[in-house]
Amino acid sequence: MKTQKLSELAKTIRSKNAGVDLITFDVIFNDPAQYERVKKARVLTPETVARLFGIQPDRISHFVEFDPANAIKFTIARLQPSGSPGDPDVFGSQQYAPLLDIEVPV
Amino acid sequence: MQSLRIICPNGHLGFAPLRVESFRIGVAARPDYIAADSGSCDIGPVPLGTDTSTSPLGWQTHDLEHMLLAAREIGAPMVIGSSGDTGSNSRVDLYVRIIKELAAKHRLQPFKLGYFYSELDKASLRQRMRAGEMVKGLDGRSALTEAELDATARIVAMAGVHPFIALLQRGAEVIIGGRSSDSCVFAAPAIHHGFPADQAYYLGKVLECASFCAEPYGGKETVLGEVGANKVEVTAMHPAQRCTVASVAGHAMYERSDPYYEHVAGGTLDMSRCHYEQVSERTTRITGAQFRPAAEYRVKLEGAGRVGERYVGLVGIRDPYTIAHIDDVIGWARQQVRERFGESGYELHYIVYGRDGVMRELEPMKHRPAHELCVLVQGVAATAAMAEEVCMIGTRQMFYARLPDVRGSAGSVAFALDEVMRASPACRWTVNHTLRCDDPLELFPTHLTTAGV
Repeated sequence: MKTQKLSELAKTIRSKNAGVDLITFDVIFNDPAQYERVKKARVLTPETVARLFGIQPDRISHFVEFDPANAIKFTIARLQPSGSPGDPDVFGSQQYAPLLDIEVPV
Repeated sequence: MQSLRIICPNGHLGFAPLRVESFRIGVAARPDYIAADSGSCDIGPVPLGTDTSTSPLGWQTHDLEHMLLAAREIGAPMVIGSSGDTGSNSRVDLYVRIIKELAAKHRLQPFKLGYFYSELDKASLRQRMRAGEMVKGLDGRSALTEAELDATARIVAMAGVHPFIALLQRGAEVIIGGRSSDSCVFAAPAIHHGFPADQAYYLGKVLECASFCAEPYGGKETVLGEVGANKVEVTAMHPAQRCTVASVAGHAMYERSDPYYEHVAGGTLDMSRCHYEQVSERTTRITGAQFRPAAEYRVKLEGAGRVGERYVGLVGIRDPYTIAHIDDVIGWARQQVRERFGESGYELHYIVYGRDGVMRELEPMKHRPAHELCVLVQGVAATAAMAEEVCMIGTRQMFYARLPDVRGSAGSVAFALDEVMRASPACRWTVNHTLRCDDPLELFPTHLTTAGV
């Protein structure tokens, strides 16, 4: 099956703190058709996200398909609050990289 | 008044300077208010735990100076929320002082300067807890305990629109706010002038991060929001930026877990029925926002506590065998710290860049380390002397790690700096909770003074 990477289809793929205990991830598409295609392909779901990041599904606190912005959004609970000693990403801004290479069927 | 127009030049005043060109275009549009938020909990617990700013004084002053001079020039009130990153009392006092000094420096005509505090002292919170008040946890946290309160250095409460409105009613022309919800910095003037809460809170939501609601991406540029009886319009001021349906709708989801609802003291903004419409090249119109007042008035509390003093060390590793056994190297160094200081009474953290340094347990590629690694070592203890020694042993003993089959026997790691360096104290977020209040102003005492000559 031919596939394309999510990074070729989405305009924005980012992560950022949502408060001190959560990190939220946004995948935003320019083209509504690409958004619908990724939604239908079921490659970005709570289950695929849990598998990709190697976490239990109950660490995903929110998962939303946000049609007004052609966006898929999910939120992961931190194990420690942001900026606790040893936390390597105080802003939560570099946690999205594994999403870039998600394969989407053509 | 048919509509009210507010410009916002910066989403976190002080963290990086506002861009002057688009700000001046915004000022030339003769807005009714100039407003910005100056705080964020994104910066981690250290500023609140140590009562400092992460923003340099020069950048804070730069933005306050541009905003104050423009505000006085066009006769528009200026509103600042969450002063100095944390909105603690010392940060409010700092901003009030800066405004007074700027007014004197530029020989501005006298004006009314309002300010309010947001700190909640531990003793008063303890009293409320002992009287049976439950301090409810947010984002999965359990209710606040006295033990966590003991570990807390400083608490700020998140103001809603109320103290801003109280100061506007008293005629304040410049307002310096303590910790406050960023959207309320903008919602308050709109509500003060009689616009519906539905539109006022949405105006705040869309303006709070300045040009983050515009495209192409470019922070610290000015945007202009206009609120009417049943709509909000937002326009990018930078000539190369536009507020589009996509950029505005996309901003609704920024930095928050739920794109449809925004909770503030006193209620919730519901954006689930928002309709976005491009009305001109650089302007988007939003209708359909709804504000739902809360049945109970609850205020968010943020608190941070000091864990200890902190030192950091850095090492590099290139030998593939050592890289494959990096956990043994760290284990050896940890053991040497244990032999000196025992099992507890300090913290020792290793961040292994090139393996899982940035993502930790979330890293899918942690089993494929790079050809070289950098390890950041952090030692934390009650005194600086002990933190330094914990970090020094934890760093230098990596050099002496004993690996059975290593070929290099003259040092297991590379030092760019054979030293450990003092860092900010280690802190942690102890409070992310809400507290019920009878009066929306009870945690936020307001004051009015005069600045200018």
